Amino acid sequence: MNWSWIAYPEYIHLLAVGLLYTIILLFGSVIVGFILAVPLGLVQVTGPAYLRIPAKIFCSFIRGTPLLIQMWLLYYGLGSIFPSIPWIRTSFLWPVLREGFYYAMLSLSLSVAGYEGEIMRGAFLGVPRGELEAARAFGMSGWKVLSRVWFPRAVLQVLPTLAGEMISQLKSTPLAFTVTVMELMGARSKISSDTYIIYEPLILIAIIYMILTFIITRGFNYLERLIPQRR
Amino acid sequence: MFLVIAPLSELLTYGNTGYLDELIWGAVATIQISVFAYAFGISLGLLGAMGKLSAGPIIRTLLNFYTTVFRAVPELVLIMLLYYAGTDGLNRLMLSVGVGPIELNGIAVAIFVLGFVQGAYSTEVLRAAIQAVPLGQVEAAKAYGMSPITAFRRITLPAMLPYAIPGLGNLWLNITKDSALVSVVGALELANETRVAAGGTKYYLTFYLIAALFYWSISLLSNFGFSWLEHRVRRGQPKLA
Repeated sequence: MNWSWIAYPEYIHLLAVGLLYTIILLFGSVIVGFILAVPLGLVQVTGPAYLRIPAKIFCSFIRGTPLLIQMWLLYYGLGSIFPSIPWIRTSFLWPVLREGFYYAMLSLSLSVAGYEGEIMRGAFLGVPRGELEAARAFGMSGWKVLSRVWFPRAVLQVLPTLAGEMISQLKSTPLAFTVTVMELMGARSKISSDTYIIYEPLILIAIIYMILTFIITRGFNYLERLIPQRR
Repeated sequence: MFLVIAPLSELLTYGNTGYLDELIWGAVATIQISVFAYAFGISLGLLGAMGKLSAGPIIRTLLNFYTTVFRAVPELVLIMLLYYAGTDGLNRLMLSVGVGPIELNGIAVAIFVLGFVQGAYSTEVLRAAIQAVPLGQVEAAKAYGMSPITAFRRITLPAMLPYAIPGLGNLWLNITKDSALVSVVGALELANETRVAAGGTKYYLTFYLIAALFYWSISLLSNFGFSWLEHRVRRGQPKLA
């Protein structure tokens, strides 16, 4: 084992920035994905056919294809179209459309939206019908039923699955390194190609991922205890 | 949009000019990797589950370490670690017995690596399923004088399948998708062949869409297969809500 490389401040810096990118990708994609998942789940339960069917197809596609292919589809596929459109090259969006990070963030978010959208669909369906009818009987409007009864009840059902979803999402973030993002896996790749050391950086980031998993598990245990539950 | 509507009749020809044969071989390799890695993973899982349920404390601790670590570390990291460690270790072994380094079959390595990762997940699915079988039934089998193997084959196995099939179905879907990850270490399966074809022709969107459609159809077909299987192993049991 050769750990001498770890003494170099540039590598520590690379790994620290990589860790930051991993955390940003994780939380960013989970938050954006979850915001998208709520309407995706809802329209599958109550929406009109022109919303329900596309939502179902979207969830099925995301869940049925590898994230790696989705990411490459966006980064190489869409990314190869933008440069061929002249006005985009001069627009303010160009720096964003050139950067692998945004494609990685987009595809990770869409992935969360697809998986979590399916879970939200089940959660919306799982809220007892009587509660919704009671809310209606109190004279609540459709939006009020959703915001005061239906949505909070559905989210409470989803919360226990969120920890698992966060962990599987954390384990998806290293794919971003295939589209040039310098997160932990990218930092490791840079260190390996500089020093010709392969195992030790891999082992180090494996340990970092395990620690992150442990923190997420503990954090969600704590959160779940904060929410009063009556059964 | 001209890059989307590519001349498929030219791109997808058989032979040196088109990429149809490469894609077909890639798809075959993907299915090969998935099937064999899945079988290897389930075998490991069965051994692991039995070890966790009936072996001594040392083996149990080792198995707990295996399932915890392998389920907490990203598949991509594990695949790279096992790939480099496996090929390196094997070559050192070959050198020490006096044979030169050997060129490893990329698909065989992919099967081994993915199966080893999958084994950790299978262990947990199968352990939970075996534990869900009422103890009284196993005890009754013993009381009838069945040997442990007969009791497993005739009582535990059929009784645990309704609990195991949904989890095993998910694992199969996961492994077909995770098989794309071995392209990162150079195995020539569908994702890698697609990358070569897309890079060679610059029709990125077209080729990645074709690959995505292929994976999607595997998933949809597998869904049908597993729901049929679940229906079958659950026959005679109350319907799920």
